[in-house]
Amino acid sequence: MGVEEIDLKAEETKVKKETLIEGGSKLSLKRLIPVPILRNLLLAIVAVVIFFFLSGHLSAYRNYQLSQVGPYVLAILGLSVLIGQNGQISIGHGALMAIGAWSLALLQIHTKLPLGVILLLATLITTAIGGVLGLVAARLRGPYLAGATLALALGVPDIATRYRSLFGGYQGLQINPPSPPAFLGANFTPQQYLAVIDVIVIVIAFIFVANLVNSRIGRDMRAVRDDEIAARLAGISVQRTQVFTFAISSGLAGLGGGLLALVASNVSPGAFSVTLSISLLSGLVIGGIGTMAGALWGAAVMVYVPQWATTLTEKFNMNQGIAANIALAIYGILLIVIVLAAPGGIQGILMRLKGLISGRGRQRATKG
Amino acid sequence: MGNKRSHFSKRFRVTVAAASLSLIAAACGSSSSSSSSGSSSSGGTTANTASAPGITATSILLGSHQPLTGPAAPGYSEIAPAAQAYFDYLNAHGGVYGRSITLKYEDDGYNPANTTQVVQKLVLQDNVFGIVGGLGTPTHQAVVNFLNTNKVPDLFVASGCDCWNQPTVHPYTYGFQPDYIIEGKVLGTYIASKYAGMKIGVLYQNDDFGGGGLTGLKQILTGGQIVSAQPYDPTTLTNGLGTQVAALQAAGAQVVVLLTIPAATALALLAMASTGFQPTLLSSSVSADPYTLGGLVSNFSKGKVGASILTGMQTLAYLPAPTDLTDPWTALFKTIHDKYDASQPFDGNTIFGMSMAYYTALAIKAAGQNPTRQSLINAMNTQAGSFTGPGLTPLGYSSTSHLGFLGAEVMQIGASGSLTSTSPIYVTNVNGPVTTHASVEAQVPANLG
Repeated sequence: MGVEEIDLKAEETKVKKETLIEGGSKLSLKRLIPVPILRNLLLAIVAVVIFFFLSGHLSAYRNYQLSQVGPYVLAILGLSVLIGQNGQISIGHGALMAIGAWSLALLQIHTKLPLGVILLLATLITTAIGGVLGLVAARLRGPYLAGATLALALGVPDIATRYRSLFGGYQGLQINPPSPPAFLGANFTPQQYLAVIDVIVIVIAFIFVANLVNSRIGRDMRAVRDDEIAARLAGISVQRTQVFTFAISSGLAGLGGGLLALVASNVSPGAFSVTLSISLLSGLVIGGIGTMAGALWGAAVMVYVPQWATTLTEKFNMNQGIAANIALAIYGILLIVIVLAAPGGIQGILMRLKGLISGRGRQRATKG
Repeated sequence: MGNKRSHFSKRFRVTVAAASLSLIAAACGSSSSSSSSGSSSSGGTTANTASAPGITATSILLGSHQPLTGPAAPGYSEIAPAAQAYFDYLNAHGGVYGRSITLKYEDDGYNPANTTQVVQKLVLQDNVFGIVGGLGTPTHQAVVNFLNTNKVPDLFVASGCDCWNQPTVHPYTYGFQPDYIIEGKVLGTYIASKYAGMKIGVLYQNDDFGGGGLTGLKQILTGGQIVSAQPYDPTTLTNGLGTQVAALQAAGAQVVVLLTIPAATALALLAMASTGFQPTLLSSSVSADPYTLGGLVSNFSKGKVGASILTGMQTLAYLPAPTDLTDPWTALFKTIHDKYDASQPFDGNTIFGMSMAYYTALAIKAAGQNPTRQSLINAMNTQAGSFTGPGLTPLGYSSTSHLGFLGAEVMQIGASGSLTSTSPIYVTNVNGPVTTHASVEAQVPANLG
């Protein structure tokens, strides 16, 4: 898998642009608040507040659709860090989502901890398991690493059916979706509440990743990705960096799995098939490898394309055989087109368009 | 067809069926000419209003989740079209209080993750009045909390899990087919009376379905008669059931009880055929349909084995057999099928879908001229327990019980896929004793609306 070169600064500002309404000048903001983390925090709070009010104008079903995107954003973001920043690969992130989801379910069923704590614990559990897996992953390269993680995707859901009394077997475990606290008013739907939780979690994850990739650790990750020997010469522990990245990436997937459990109000092996892991990978490619905004586009494609396809088949009264497969077909075609025409994914296309419009002829447009 | 029922009663039933069909035809003629006045005459002076989500003055929208694709699709994918066919027929005969009923069913592929999505869409976007006949234990489990939190009626879940019978936890959810524990008890009682002293083996699905059935069996067969109980997971059916069947054979089982979905039943039969293991076979109502089973057996063996492998197997039934056209309901459903659902086969799934639709129509009618979600629930709690129709056994609905059919009878599959009764109708509940009961199958009513 060819790893895309990433212009980190450009992508970071892109993310900020996204959360900020068009026209909010980034230059003046940069001068106003010179410390990146504070700036990011401010933008994050603005984004959450804006979404909070926007979500009130959406129907319960639209909010539900939006909340479906969140879990995949996090899992794809995790993959993005792993593949885009560190050059490792995983076809097993669906299994890591499953670990996060079951952690959340078991914690919710057996403890009375608040939701935020449960989500954090689910993330930490998956991070820890990811760290152990990372030890293995750091010893493997290319197709061997892909194979090992594929085994994970195949094996983990079966653990749930093997130990039925604990993990609920094929039918899985039921989760009570969080109900909105009373102070939000009677009109605040559970769907809206979930969507807001989603956005808060995503924003926190984005801040975390944005700061991580700009830190020394982030530079280590990229150094290892680009040339392991050179990185070692520069005094970077290749293995430690790889294990650390795998753990962080797993944690993000676990957090996504936790959110998925909340959104689906159920955790069952059927939701975490190998198809999920592969969909995440293709969602990453479609969205744009290595970019944070790409995770948003990739996840949106994963959620909305099948739903549009269903609407389409209903509208044209297609038979069940076509209806069941058209979403996969569209997804596959999209993947081929993206790889051929725009290797930078949707985010790459957007950056190119932006370059064309602003007429600045950025290096990104000419680089490809 | 060596039916236990006498020829006299058979002829009588045919006459009744013919008479009631002609009555329906007469009702059809009158209702189509006065469909607008029909509602006002039946409901006094009040007019139809849009009394609840999914209900307008002229229509009722219901929703359902069904496995139209995936491992559970063979057979089960016919249920929702059959239910809609019954509604089409009913609509052509005046509907319920002049309203026509539409069932919007979405494919969940028997995957709980998809079920959440399609049911949220049905409830939040399509605004259905209620969910009826949602199919599958693992799938429906994923949405039962959502439906009850949102106070959406959740009638006649197509699964025999005892989990639907929790009126205090899930006041909006009602079961339909016999609870799996009840089925297990019925099978156990039949075995105790007919195969006393023989060694019993069990093949069961490793979830609430198979587990519940096994619990019921063990309640009756207490004395170590069960020599081996082998589980399987529906997700690993692609590996076949050779291991489990070999274990049952090794344990010396003379009677094998199959608490399995149709695909697993077919695989088990093929595994037995290949090793020459020929026990007496009994199965739950879940895989009772010979047509579906025959198709699966032929499909899995690439045409080498035919439906004749099913001959002699005994299954449970709580609805009339699709092959028994002397039954007035089967006859009615066949005419409806031929008119509205001809592209699908006519089998046990058709009977199931149409029966479910029939009881749904009864419940909506009992909820009043301008039903609300709450009035439907009230009608279920106070009136549905005495509903009669195609079902052979009484229904268990009340404010403290959300059980559907309370028992079943044993039927044997004949050479041509026919089904013949080999037992009385057994009735019980989850904890009580098993008793025999006369059939409560009703006459076909002249006109429902």
